[in-house]
Amino acid sequence: MPVEQIPYRQTGSLVAGNRLLAAELRAGQARPDRADALTCGHRACRGCGEALAARWVVDAALRATANRLIAVNATGCLEVFSTPYPESAWQLPWLHSLFGNAPAVATGVAAALRAQGRTDVRVLGQGGDGGTVDIGFGCLSGMFERNDDVLYVCYDNEAYMNTGVQRSGATPPAARTATTQAVGPEPGNVFGQGKNVPAVAMAHEIPYVATATVADLRDLEYKVTRAMDLRGARYLHVLVPCPLGWGSEAHDTIRLARLATQSGLFPVFEAEHGEVTAVTRIRHHVAVEEYLRRQSRYAHLFRPRERTDVIARIQAQADRNITRYGLLAESAPEEVS
Amino acid sequence: MDTPFAITLGSASSRTNRTGAWRVERPVYRDLFPPCAAACPAGENVREWLHLAQDGDYEAAWREIMSVNPFPAIMGRVCYRPCETACNRGQLDETVGINSVERFLGDEAIRAGWTVSAGEATGRRVLVVGAGPAGLAAAYHLRLLGHDVTIRDSGPEPGGMMRFGIPAYRLPRDVLDAEIRRIVELGVTLELNTRVGDVADIRDAEGFDAVFLAVGAQLSHRTYVPAGDSAHILDALSVLRRTAGGAPPLLGRRVAVYGGGNTAVDVARTARRLGAADALIVYRRTRDRMPAHESEVTEAEEEGVRLRWLSTIAQADEGRVTVERMRLDESGFPQPTGEFDELDADAVVLALGQDSDLGLVSHTPSVATAHGRIVVDGAFMTGLPGVFAGGDAISGDRTVTSAIGHGRRAAQAIDAWLRETAVEASAPVVEAAFEGLNPWYYTDAPRQHRSKLEAARRTSTFDEVVAGLDAATALFEARRCLSCGGCFECDNCYSVCPDNAVIKLGPGRRYEIDLEYCKGCGLCAAECPAGAIAMIPEQRLEPS
Amino acid sequence: MLRQIEGSQAVAAAVAACRPEVICAYPISPQTHIVEALSATVKSGALAPCEFINVESEFAAMSVAIGASATGARAYTATASQGLLYMAEAVHNAAGLGLPIVMTIANRAIGAPINIWNDHSDSMVMRDAGWIQLYAEDNQEAADLHIQAFAVAERLSVPVMVCMDGFVLTHAFEEVDLPGQNDVDDFLPPYRPRQFLDPSDPVTIGAMVGPEAFTEVRYLAHVNQLRALDAIPAVALGFAESFGRATGGLVRPYRTDDAETVVVALGSVLGTLKDVVDELRDDGLRIGVLGITTYRPFPFDAVRAALTNARRVVVLERAFSAGTGGIVTADVRGAVAGAECVTVVAGLGGRPITRASLRRALVDAHGGRVESLTFLDLDLRLVERELARPR
Repeated sequence: MPVEQIPYRQTGSLVAGNRLLAAELRAGQARPDRADALTCGHRACRGCGEALAARWVVDAALRATANRLIAVNATGCLEVFSTPYPESAWQLPWLHSLFGNAPAVATGVAAALRAQGRTDVRVLGQGGDGGTVDIGFGCLSGMFERNDDVLYVCYDNEAYMNTGVQRSGATPPAARTATTQAVGPEPGNVFGQGKNVPAVAMAHEIPYVATATVADLRDLEYKVTRAMDLRGARYLHVLVPCPLGWGSEAHDTIRLARLATQSGLFPVFEAEHGEVTAVTRIRHHVAVEEYLRRQSRYAHLFRPRERTDVIARIQAQADRNITRYGLLAESAPEEVS
Repeated sequence: MDTPFAITLGSASSRTNRTGAWRVERPVYRDLFPPCAAACPAGENVREWLHLAQDGDYEAAWREIMSVNPFPAIMGRVCYRPCETACNRGQLDETVGINSVERFLGDEAIRAGWTVSAGEATGRRVLVVGAGPAGLAAAYHLRLLGHDVTIRDSGPEPGGMMRFGIPAYRLPRDVLDAEIRRIVELGVTLELNTRVGDVADIRDAEGFDAVFLAVGAQLSHRTYVPAGDSAHILDALSVLRRTAGGAPPLLGRRVAVYGGGNTAVDVARTARRLGAADALIVYRRTRDRMPAHESEVTEAEEEGVRLRWLSTIAQADEGRVTVERMRLDESGFPQPTGEFDELDADAVVLALGQDSDLGLVSHTPSVATAHGRIVVDGAFMTGLPGVFAGGDAISGDRTVTSAIGHGRRAAQAIDAWLRETAVEASAPVVEAAFEGLNPWYYTDAPRQHRSKLEAARRTSTFDEVVAGLDAATALFEARRCLSCGGCFECDNCYSVCPDNAVIKLGPGRRYEIDLEYCKGCGLCAAECPAGAIAMIPEQRLEPS
Repeated sequence: MLRQIEGSQAVAAAVAACRPEVICAYPISPQTHIVEALSATVKSGALAPCEFINVESEFAAMSVAIGASATGARAYTATASQGLLYMAEAVHNAAGLGLPIVMTIANRAIGAPINIWNDHSDSMVMRDAGWIQLYAEDNQEAADLHIQAFAVAERLSVPVMVCMDGFVLTHAFEEVDLPGQNDVDDFLPPYRPRQFLDPSDPVTIGAMVGPEAFTEVRYLAHVNQLRALDAIPAVALGFAESFGRATGGLVRPYRTDDAETVVVALGSVLGTLKDVVDELRDDGLRIGVLGITTYRPFPFDAVRAALTNARRVVVLERAFSAGTGGIVTADVRGAVAGAECVTVVAGLGGRPITRASLRRALVDAHGGRVESLTFLDLDLRLVERELARPR
C-alpha cells in the first residue's frame, strides 16, 4: 500500500488516529462518526479477530460507498454471533442464506441491483475460511469467473471455529484442531500443499485481490477502499486470529496477526488482474517460533520435547513466502510500490 | 416495512445484549510517570510540555516548563540531560532531543518577550543568600507564591556558577542575562557585592521571616601537588571566573588540567580558546569512569583537547609535569604503578572539585554541617527553624539542574512553613518502563541533531558552539516523544476494540470505557502504544 | 396468440412475459430448452433490464435467485432431477426466507441409475421444502401456471415450483395460446416486495432462530401455506377472467360426480387418463379422474369433495418411496375416509404409460383386483431373474 507521508509523526503513522494528524489522514476507525456497521452487543468471544476485522471492513466499505452497501454473509461465527434472534448487530442491509453460497447470493444481489438500475448500491460478500476456501469455493470461483460486481471478504481464522475448531482447508500444517489432534507420530494438521485462495483468485485475473490482517488497520481500510474504487469481482483475504481456536490470549489477537506477517507466514500484498502490484514489507523480522509459541494449537511443537524438525518446516514455508513476495527489502526481486 | 416474523431483525437491536457481564478484567486508563520526568532533577514534567509543543503551542509548553524551572533557555544549553539518558526512545532508535526542544522554547520566550507575574502579596519577607541557580530559582518561586524576596550575593553580577563557572561558548551571556532579568523583574530585590556575615543575626536584625542559603561551592578543592618554586599552578574556578570577568590568566602554550569532571573539561576548552596549542586533561581513571558529560568530552576532543587516562600528577615544575601511570584494581580504584612519564606543561590547572564557604553559619551551632555541606531535613530546613538551604551547599549532585530543583522545592517548603502547613506529599509514582509500551506503532524517526560551530572557529572564539533547532526541527523532535505512560489520543484503543466499547470523548478529553459492552479482552491495553491502559481484575461481589 | 410450439419455448415465452429481472440457470436435461430460449431473449435485449446469470451449479442458481429476490427483484430459474437435489439446501432456504422465486421443474428421474427421462421423483423429494408445487397437465397449462405462479408467490411471499413432465411436455410440440404481453402486464403487476435489502432502511434478513421461536416460525410458514389454498383458486379465477381459459387452481375433477372409482394423478398423464376413462365410461364403468394441480399445499378439502362418492381410489404415481409405497397416496388417504385407496406406480424413468396398460389397470382396479401397491407394466421376467440370484 502507499504509505502515507506524514511530515511529523510523533508516533509514526501506524496508530489509528493521533490528534496531530489532519482528520483525512486518520484511519476511518478513528473517526467519531464511524458507522459501527457491526455494533456492540454482538456475541463474539473476547478478543475476536473476526468481529474486529468485520467492523473495520464494513465501515470502510460503507464510507467508500456513502452508505450505499448491502452485505451478504455466509454461515459461520460472524453470522451466528451477530444475528441470534431477536437481536442483530448489523447496521446495514444484511442477508444470510447458507454456509456455501454467499458468493452466489451476492451475485444475485448485484444482478438485481443492476436490473433495478440501482448501480450506486454496492455488494459485499463475507464469510469465514470454511465458507470461503472449502464449502463456498465453487460459488466463489463462479463469482470470480463471471467477474460479478462483488467484493468478497474472507475472514480467515484457519479452522471451523463455529462448529468447535475443526480443520478447514485453511488450517496451517501442524496446527491442532478438533479433527487434527495432537496425537500420534505426526501430531496436528498434515503438511499438505496448502490452499492459497488469494493465489487462486489471482489466477482468475479478477480486477483486485489483496491480503490483510487485523494487525494493520490502515492497510485494511486502504484495501477495502481501493477495492470499492473498482467494479467487478474483488477478493480480500483477511487473517483474523481466534483466541478460542488458536489457544491464544484474548489480548494477543492483534499481536499474533502482527507476528504472522512479520515472520513471513502470512504475506500481505495486493494484486490487480492477476499481477502482484504491491507487498507490505516486513518491518521487524521474527522467527516463526515467536509466532507459534503464543498459541496452544502448536503447544505440541514445544512440549514434551521441542519438535525442531516441524518448526523448521514451518520456518521454511515462511522463508518461501519471503522470497516469493519479496517481503524483506534485501530479498525483494524488484521495487514495487 | 412489513417484516415476516423472526426472519427479519431491526438494525442494531443487539444493543439490548449487555456483554459487559462477561468481563473478568476491565481496562482502566492510567497516567504513569514518564522516565524523563522521573529523572529530571529540576522536576520538569517533560512529557507534558513536549505534548504542548507537539501541537505548536510553544507558549503553553514554555509556561509548563516555567511552572517548575525559570531557566528554559539556560537549561536547554547547560543541562546534562538526565531526561535523555532515561528516555525510552533510546531503546527504539535514538533518545528524544528533549534538551534541544527546551532550548528552542526558552529562546522563543526571550525572542517573544513572554513574561510571568508574581503571586498576590503575602507580606512575608524571605532572604535568599546567593544569586546562583538555586537562589534565583527559589526567589522566582517565592515571588510566584507572593512572598517578598531579597537576594544577596557577594559577587558583582547575579548567576553564580552559571556566570562564573560555565564558559560563554556553552552559555552566551545575553541568554543568561535575559532569564535572570525576567526573575528580577518579578520584583526581587537584588543586592550584589554584599557578603552576608551571620545568618541568624541578619535575619533577626532585618526581620526576615525565612532565609534560604544557596551559597554554592565557590572554593576550589585543594589537593597537594609537589611543585617546584617556579611551577605555574592555578585552580580551575579562578581560571573560569577571571575569563568570565574579562581578565583571563596567562596559561602559556601547553596546559595540563588535572581532574575528570565537567569543570576540568570546561577549563581545557577555555584554555584552547585562550591560545593554548596543547590542552591536556590528566585523569587518574579511564574515560568511562569520567564524571564529565560525554557530549562535553566529545566536543572537547573535537576542539583538539587531549586526554590522558590512568595518570596522576606526581610533580609539577616549570614547563613540565611528572605523571605517574595508574592501573585499576578489581574494585575499580586507581592504584599507582611506580612508572612515571614527563610531559611538557607551561601551566597546571587543578580541577579537583569545589567546597562551600560556610562562614555565614559558623556562628550558628544549630545549623549543622557535614563534610563541608549544610545538613538539611527533607524540607530543606536546617537545624535553625526558618533557615533553609539548597544547591551546591547541601549534599547531592552539584549541577545547575539539581540546584534549580532545590530552589523550587525549598521555595515550596518555605511557603508551607510560612503558612504553617505541610508540603503536600506527592503520591508514589509508577514509572512507565519501555517494556510497558507497544513500540510497534512508532515508526523510525531519526533524531534531529543541533548543528555545531566548526572546530576551527571554536578554538579561537567564545561563540556558542551548539546551535539551536529551528521551529520545524524542534517540532519534529518534540513529536518524537513516545508519550510513555500517558494517553496522547492516538485512537488505537477506540479502533481496536472488537466490541465498540471505547467511547471517544473528543479532542483533549481522551476516552472512556463503555462497561455495558466491554468484554475485557484487553486488546486496548495491549495495543496502546504508550502503555496508558491497565487491565485490572473485576471485583466479584461475595455471596451474602 | 395460438402457436404450434415446443413446451419449453411456450414456458420460456410465458416466463419472459412476466418480466423477470434476474434469471439464473445451470443446464440439465430436460430443462435446457427453457433457459436457452430465455437466455436468447435476454441477450437480444428484448427483456431489458433483465439479467441472465450463467452459474456454475444449481446450488449457485438458487443462491443467485435468493440474492436477487431478497433485493426485491423478480427472480426465476429452472432445473430438474439431480440439479434440484444439488440445490436442495438453497431450495429450503428460499422458502424459509419467504422469497417469491418461481422455478420450473422439468420432471426427471433421479439416479442412480442415471436416467434423464421423466418421472416425478425429483419434485417429490422437495414436497416438504416449503414451496408451493403446481403440476401442469399440458403445455398450455405449463405456460399459464408460470404467470399464475408469480402472482401467487408474490402475494404470499412464498416460492413456487411449476412442475412439468420432462420431454413429455418440455419437448413436445403442441398448440399453445401464448399470453399477450399486455394481458400479462395487466394480470401481473410489477413485484412489490414485502421486504428487501435497502440501504435506506437496513434490515437483517436470515437471523439464527433458536428453540425459543423456531416452532413459531414454522407454524407461521404453515399458516401462510394454507393461505395459498385460497390464493391459488383466486388467482386461477382471475386468470380465467383475463385470458379466457381455466388453468391452474387446486384440483381438476373429470367425470367424478357419480364415479365409483376415481383415478388420482398429477401432470401430463391426465390427458391419457381422461381418454381411457372416456372409453371405460362408454363400456359402462362408473369411473372418473381427479387431477391434482396444487400438490403443495395439499388441498385436502378439494380432494375430499371430489372423492365424496368414490368407493375406490386409484392413485397413479410417477414416483414412490422404496419400501413404503406411494407418496401422493399418503396425502390422498388423509383426504378420504372409507374408500379403498391403492397405488399404481407408473412411468418411472420415462417408461411410456400406454392407453392399453392404463385400461387394463383401471378395469382391474374398478373390479377390486389390484393390490394396494402395483407397478404398471412391471417386467416380471427381469425382476424374478434378479430376485432368484443367490444372495
